[in-house]
Formats: sequence, structure tokens, C-alpha cells
Amino acid sequence: MLIELKNIVKNYVNGDVVTRVLRDVDLSVDEGEFVAIMGPSGSGKSTLMHTIGFLDRPTSGTYLFDGENTQSFTDDELARIRNKRIGFVFQSFNLLPRTSVLDNVMLPLLYSGDKSGYESRAKKALESVGLGERIHFMSNQISGGQKQRVAIARALVCDPKVIFADEPTGNLDSKSGATVMHILEELNKEGRTIILVTHDKQVALHANRIVTIRDGKIVEDRLVPNSERVHSKEIKEEEE
Amino acid sequence: MDNTLVKEIKTSIKDLLARKGRSFLTILGIIIGVAGVIIIISLGSGAQSLVLGQITKLGSNLVGVLPGKSSENGPPTAVFGVQIKTLKLSDVEAIKNKGKVPNATAVAAFVNGSATIIAGKESVDTSFTATDGSYVRVQNIEMTKGTFFSDEEANSGANVIVLGYDVATALFPNGGEIGSVVKIKVPNNNPMSSNEVSNSIPLRVIGVQKKMGTVAFQNQDDQVFIPFLIGQRQILGIDYVQAIRIKIDDPNNVKNAIADITRVLREQHRIHNIENDDFYVRDLADAIKLLTGITDNLRIFLGLMAAISLVVGGIGIMNIMLVNVSERTSEIGLRKAIGATRKNIRNQFLAATVSIVVGIVFGLYPALKAAKLDPIVALRYE
Repeated sequence: MLIELKNIVKNYVNGDVVTRVLRDVDLSVDEGEFVAIMGPSGSGKSTLMHTIGFLDRPTSGTYLFDGENTQSFTDDELARIRNKRIGFVFQSFNLLPRTSVLDNVMLPLLYSGDKSGYESRAKKALESVGLGERIHFMSNQISGGQKQRVAIARALVCDPKVIFADEPTGNLDSKSGATVMHILEELNKEGRTIILVTHDKQVALHANRIVTIRDGKIVEDRLVPNSERVHSKEIKEEEE
Repeated sequence: MDNTLVKEIKTSIKDLLARKGRSFLTILGIIIGVAGVIIIISLGSGAQSLVLGQITKLGSNLVGVLPGKSSENGPPTAVFGVQIKTLKLSDVEAIKNKGKVPNATAVAAFVNGSATIIAGKESVDTSFTATDGSYVRVQNIEMTKGTFFSDEEANSGANVIVLGYDVATALFPNGGEIGSVVKIKVPNNNPMSSNEVSNSIPLRVIGVQKKMGTVAFQNQDDQVFIPFLIGQRQILGIDYVQAIRIKIDDPNNVKNAIADITRVLREQHRIHNIENDDFYVRDLADAIKLLTGITDNLRIFLGLMAAISLVVGGIGIMNIMLVNVSERTSEIGLRKAIGATRKNIRNQFLAATVSIVVGIVFGLYPALKAAKLDPIVALRYE
């Protein structure tokens, strides 16, 4: 089991007010799965993703990652896990402005401690998302779909086991969204675990399992039959 | 060096370059502040050393006597334009008495004024000093042509004149000064002249002073020397002495000599109560003390102003930095999400600060070097 959550509770305390965002969540994800976490806004799906992705620590509960209990991990150890074993793709891309596509993709390598091959690894990651030609463009000179593909390349560059995608198509038109979903599907076929957060049913149906969360609790956890699954094709952008 | 550190510094420099305008403003604030402090402080000390240098050029074993009473460290009364007539030639003679002031090696009385010197078609407006032969020894005057006049010539009122270098070149562009006769003419509206004054006196040139340049902020080449009696009686029409300068054999004896001179003058003027002194005696140390006191205060004041501007600049920088940090919150979040540790983020901002400081230091080094230049050396540099 790659990810194992037991009785995860997350409370936000603001003065005297305690907001219970996650209430006793149990969730296991195996290696190679493509899981979509669904739920309306405010349901706790993003908090759940942040907790699984080590961006936030749970208030209580046990989290085993790759068999290790992560409760006792120091901040630096968590940073190392985020760097080496996890890749993030965000709704708003979060690329560094005024920085080239290549430098953006190289950024995680900067924190990895590896001494060599920065550029060739970053180029390889960019080629795998079909952006081998645009490496010297500034991150603000490319389209939204391309930005998200750069973000995926950045998530891939350290060769992680899991990729977290938080509403990756939320800011994209349908064509670019389809391309991004196609890339995620391909990555899943290669054997990478994908955890996708979305509120869009059509996007969620790309996954082979849908976990629905409401008011901080998992209310449904089902496998998607092959007949229901949606597959996206890469749609070539017309060059301007 | 650690590869990550190099990368961090590279990144921070790239960052700074990406925000050229803001980085420039950030650096500008602190540079204006620091440069202000440095320039003002070095300007102050430069002015001070210039003043001191000019004064010590005159010699540190000079004592001056001026008429009128003055408080311990106040300016001479003559500064206020008041003519005080209490010093007489007899006082000079008394100071010259070896038995009374044993450390005095030369005593020169003089009066000053302005006049026009005419030689043929050429004429020069300049200032004259009427004195006697001792003046050469007191002021270390050197001649390039001819000689200075003697005490006898001075006190008998011989019709001779010694020209400053610039006056000589202006009046005699082709040379041949020595032996020529020039006329000294006093403007009729000269406030110091009285009725018995002759308007034009012919004088024979007997010497030309060596080129001296500027000492104590006066061009020493734009003046002439005439015998005491001619200046005092015939030109100014007065019977008193404007100032006496006394050269002391050794700087260590200056204090003794001042006491001796003061005693002699009190005897001469029959003064029994110190309160009634109608003269004062000073050495250069007093003058230096007075001047450094003034320039020190000026420096403190200017330094304070500069420090305030530095603080203002610092607040500006802090403001810009705070905006910078809050603007980059999401970037920091992203960097942490892709594996940056706290140390990485801290180093990133530290590296940015270091880059700024390095920029300031390298920019400031030439500024400092320029500010440190001795004004005299800088002026002579070609």
C-alpha cells in the first residue's frame, strides 16, 4: 500500500472557533491507481489532498506513506518527500514569472541535492509533455494549456511515484484541458499513481476510482467500471 | 563551494535582474543614505584638514597681537570692522626688547590696505602690507628677484616696494622690474584715508617675491610690500599699528612668550586689571582650536542630517522588502511544495540581501576612494 490514512482529523482553530475540516478519514491508495477525489467546495477535498501531499499535517490520525509512519518526520524530511517522491500540479499553474520554461522545470532539481544532469533531465521532462521546442520561452509568454504542461513537466522532473493534481483543468479551455488529462492518463499507464482533486464529474471519470467527500467525511468510494471511463485524446494546438 | 549555494546566489541575482526597477530603487535608497553620510563626513574632515593645513603653512611658532579685548575663544574684535587704535609702534619696540621677551626672534608690525599700483600703462588693484624688514623672517618670505627692504629703509620711509609674483608679472610682462619706478595710488574714497594723504607716491621696485600660491585662503602672490612708515603715515594717515606678528624661537616656548608679551603690553598701557586689557595675544594653537571647534560642530550637524536621510532610506528599503515578501508568498508556497526546506527559502532571501549588499559595497568602494582624496592633491592632479 502506497498511501494509508487512518482516522485522519484536521481542525482549523481560529480564536475560540474550531472548524473541523476532516473528520476521521480512512483512505488507502495502492501504487498505480488513478484516484479522483470529488466533492463540493468546502467539503475538505483540498485539505485532504494537502494532507496526503505533506503540505499540511493532520491534527490527529496515522498516515503511512510507503509503509513509513510520517508523524515523526521533521519538516526537512517532509520537504525531501515532496521533492523526490511527490509531484504537484495546481489549478493556477504556479510557474515562476519572468523565468524561462526550462528554469521553471529545473527548480525542483535545485532542491534535490543531485549534482548533475539538471538540464538534460528538465529537457526530457519537457519533451514528455510535448514542449521540447519551447524551453527558452518565458513562462508568461505561453498559453494556459502550455503552462499546465510545463507544470506537469516540473512535477515529473524528479521522477516521483505520485502526482497530485488539484483541479488541473480548472483554468483551461476544453481543448487544453483534454490534452492535460491525456498526459495524466499516459503517466498513469506508465505506472505512476495519480491523485486528482476535482469537482467536475467528466474530469473525475478519467480515474479508475472516485472518492467522494462531503463535510469532511468520505461518503462514497467506488471503482469506475471501464464502460463509464472517459478517455481524452491529445488535441494539437494550432500554432499562432 | 556548495553547489546549491551557488545556484541560490545565481537565482537571486536572476531574480534581482528580473525586477530591475525595484532592485534599483532598493539599492538607490541605501546608496543615497550611505553616500550622503560618507560624503558629508569626509567633506567636513576635508575642509577641516584644508583649514588646518593652510594655517600650519604659516608656521606653528607664530604669535599674533591684535588691538582690542576679546573673550578667550571668541573672534577678534577687528572682525566686526571696528578700528581700534590702541597698539602703537612703541609697543612693537618694547616687545623687541630682548630682556623682556627673550624668546622672540623676530617682531613685525604692519598695517594693511588696498591700493592701485601703476607702471607705465599697466595698473593692478591689489592689497599692500606696510611693515619692516623683520616681516621676512616672521612670514618666511622668499624672494625670486632682488631683496626685501631692511628695517632702516622701512622706518625711514624709503621709497621702495616689493612686488608679489602675480603683481610683478601683470605690471612687467617682459621683466625688468628691479629698479623700475611704480606709482602707488590710493582711491580717494578709501574710508581709511584722511586729509593729509598723498594720492600718488612713486616707489622703486627692489624685489619680487617668489611664487607662493594660496596660504590661509589668501593669494600670496597678489600683494605688495611697502615700508611701514609710507603705508601708515603717507597712505593710510594713521598713527597706530593694525597688528603685530612675533616669531618665537621654539614652538615649546610659545606659551612663555605669550605671557611675556602680555606683561610687556600691560606695562606699556599701564593696565593693572586684566579686565581692562585693550589688546590680545594669540598663537596659532588658539586659532586652530577656534576653527576646529566650528568645523566640528558643522560636521556633527551635517552628519546628523545624513544619518536621518539614512534612516529614511532604510525605512524605504524595509517597505519595499515587505511588499516583496508579501507579493511572493505564493512563490514561497510553490517552492516549499516542490521540496524547498525552510533553510532553502531563508537562504534564497539571504542571498538576495547579500547580492544587494555586494552591489552596494562594490558601488561604494570607488565612492569612498573619491571621498577620501586630499583636496590639495586632487586639485593638483592632472
